[in-house]
Amino acid sequence: MEEPVLTTPQPIHDNEKIPSAEIVCEGVTKHFPGGAKPAVDHVSFRVAAGDLVALLGPSGCGKTTLLKMINRLYEPDEGRIWIGKQEIHTLPVNQLRRQIGYAIQQVGLFPHMTIRKNIAVVPRLLGWSREKIEQRSQDLLELVGLPASYLTRYPRQLSGGEQQRIGLARALAADPAILLMDEPFAAVDAINRERLQGELLEIHRKLHKTILFVTHDVEEAFHLADKIIILQAGKLVQHGTPLEIIMQPQNAFVEELTGANNMLRRLSLFTVQSALEARRNSPAQSRPFPEQAVIRPEDDLRSALAQLLESSGDALQVINASEELLGELKFEDLRALLVEGASRNQQPEQDELPHH
Amino acid sequence: MNYLITNFGYVSLLFGQHVRLTLIVLFFSLLIALPLGALVSRVRWLQGPVLGVLGIVYTIPSLSLFVLLIPLFGLGAAPAIVALAAYAQLLLVRNWVTGLTTVDPAVIEAARGMGMNGWQCFWQVEFPLALPMLLAGVRLAALSSIGIGTIAAYINAGGLGVLLFQGVVTSNYGKILAGSLAVSVLAIGSNYLLRFLERRAEGFRQGGTG
Repeated sequence: MEEPVLTTPQPIHDNEKIPSAEIVCEGVTKHFPGGAKPAVDHVSFRVAAGDLVALLGPSGCGKTTLLKMINRLYEPDEGRIWIGKQEIHTLPVNQLRRQIGYAIQQVGLFPHMTIRKNIAVVPRLLGWSREKIEQRSQDLLELVGLPASYLTRYPRQLSGGEQQRIGLARALAADPAILLMDEPFAAVDAINRERLQGELLEIHRKLHKTILFVTHDVEEAFHLADKIIILQAGKLVQHGTPLEIIMQPQNAFVEELTGANNMLRRLSLFTVQSALEARRNSPAQSRPFPEQAVIRPEDDLRSALAQLLESSGDALQVINASEELLGELKFEDLRALLVEGASRNQQPEQDELPHH
Repeated sequence: MNYLITNFGYVSLLFGQHVRLTLIVLFFSLLIALPLGALVSRVRWLQGPVLGVLGIVYTIPSLSLFVLLIPLFGLGAAPAIVALAAYAQLLLVRNWVTGLTTVDPAVIEAARGMGMNGWQCFWQVEFPLALPMLLAGVRLAALSSIGIGTIAAYINAGGLGVLLFQGVVTSNYGKILAGSLAVSVLAIGSNYLLRFLERRAEGFRQGGTG
C-alpha cells in the first residue's frame, strides 16, 4: 500500500461535532415485485459507532438493496433500522438523508455545478451560512488531498479518481453521523483504487465516522473493514472480523468466497498488523538487527512471506510510517495464524445480533 | 425588390404580426408542454400514448386543421394559435421528455440520496440538465410555427403569409418575393438566436463555458 497522501494535521471539525452513530438492523426484509425470493431476507446486525464495515457478497446478493434501505432510497417491507437511538422511519425522509453521507460508484457529481457548489449541496440544504460552507469546502478538499483551486472547476475537468474524491468530500460535507458507500472504488483503475482505499482508511482514522460500504471485492473488504458482513441470496451468512471469517467460515459459500482453503490467498487478506495483534502476548523486540529486512504494518502477509523467503534472516522488522519498531514477524507467526489458528478453534461464533 | 422598398412599412407591420403570432404560440405551447412533458417523463407508460397522439396531430395537414378549428374559434388569429400550438406539442414534449429522461440516473440518485426533495431535485438538477434539449425543441417549434404560420394568413390570422397569398392572387411577384424574403429572414434569424441560447445552455450544463 502507498503512503497516505493526506497531511492535514488539524482536525476537520471544530465545535459542532456530530458524533458518529451505530447502525442497527433488525429483521430487515425487502421484496421486489416479480422477485421469487426476497432481495433481502430478515437481516439483522449491529454496526458499532465508529466502525468501518463492509457488506460483502456477489452481485445480486442484496447488499446494495440493504444499504439503500438505510437511507430509505428503498423502503423495507419488514424490519426496523436505527441510526443511533433513532428509528429511521420516525424522521422525515429528507431530514434523515441529510444526516447520512452517501457516496456511490458512479459518483453522480452534478455536471453543471462547480466543485464548490457540488460539495455545498447538503450544507446549503441545511441552511448553513456562506462563510461556514466556504470554510468547510476548503477543509474538505484538503482532507481528500486536492488543492483549493479545484473549487472553481467543473466535474468534467477532473479525472475519475479526483471525481471520486470529490464525491467523498461531498458525502462528508455536513459532517454526517454515518457514511454509506456503494462500491465507491469499483469504477476506478487499480492504482487509483489502492490510493483511494488508503485515503479512506486515513479519513476513517481521523474522523471516526461509522462507515458501511458495499463491495463485491473480497480483497477490498479484508483490506479496509474492521468487520465484514457477508450476504448470500439476501441472507446474512456471517458477520465478523476478517480474521474470524477466514478462520471460521460459516459455510462452504463463505469458504469459497474468501478462498479460505487457499493459503496464499489467505495470506494476501491479512495485514502484518493483524498478525501482530493476533499474537498479542509477545511484546515488541527492542533490539533491532540492522541486517533484518523491514516491513510495514499495513503490508499484507503474502508480501511478508515473499520478503521472508528472500531475506537471509528468519524474521522481519515491522516498522510503521513514523519509524517506530512495532515488533518482529517470523515464519512461526505466519504458520500460527494460518495453520494452527484454523485447526485450533472451530467453536461457533458469538452471536452478533442486536438486542433491541 | 421594388415592392419591398416602397412598402417597407407594410412589410414590417406584417413581420411584426408574424413575430407576435410565433411568440404567442410558443408561450401557450410551452405552458402545456412543460407540465405534460414532466408528467410523461415520470409516468413512463404515458410516453407511448401521449407521443403517439401528438404524432398523429402533427400529421394533420395545416390548412385542414385551420379550417376544422374555424367553427370553434371563428376566423382570425385564435384558430391559428390553437393549431400551431398543437403542432408544436410534439416537438416540445418529445425533446423535453428526452432531456428529462436522459439525465444520468446516478446524478438523480445522488441528489435524492443527499436529501433533496422532489422539487429541489427538479429545479437544481433535472431542469438545468434537460434545458439544452428543451431549447432545441423550442427552436424546432419556433421554426415550424414561422413556416406553417404563413398559411394562417389564409384564415385571416395576418402575418407574412398575407403577402404570399395576395401576391399569388394578383400575380405580383415582387410581393411574393418580399414575403418569402421576410419569412426567410425571420426563420434564419430565430434559428440563429435560439441556437445561440442552446449552446449557452449546453456549455452551462457541461460546466465551464456557460
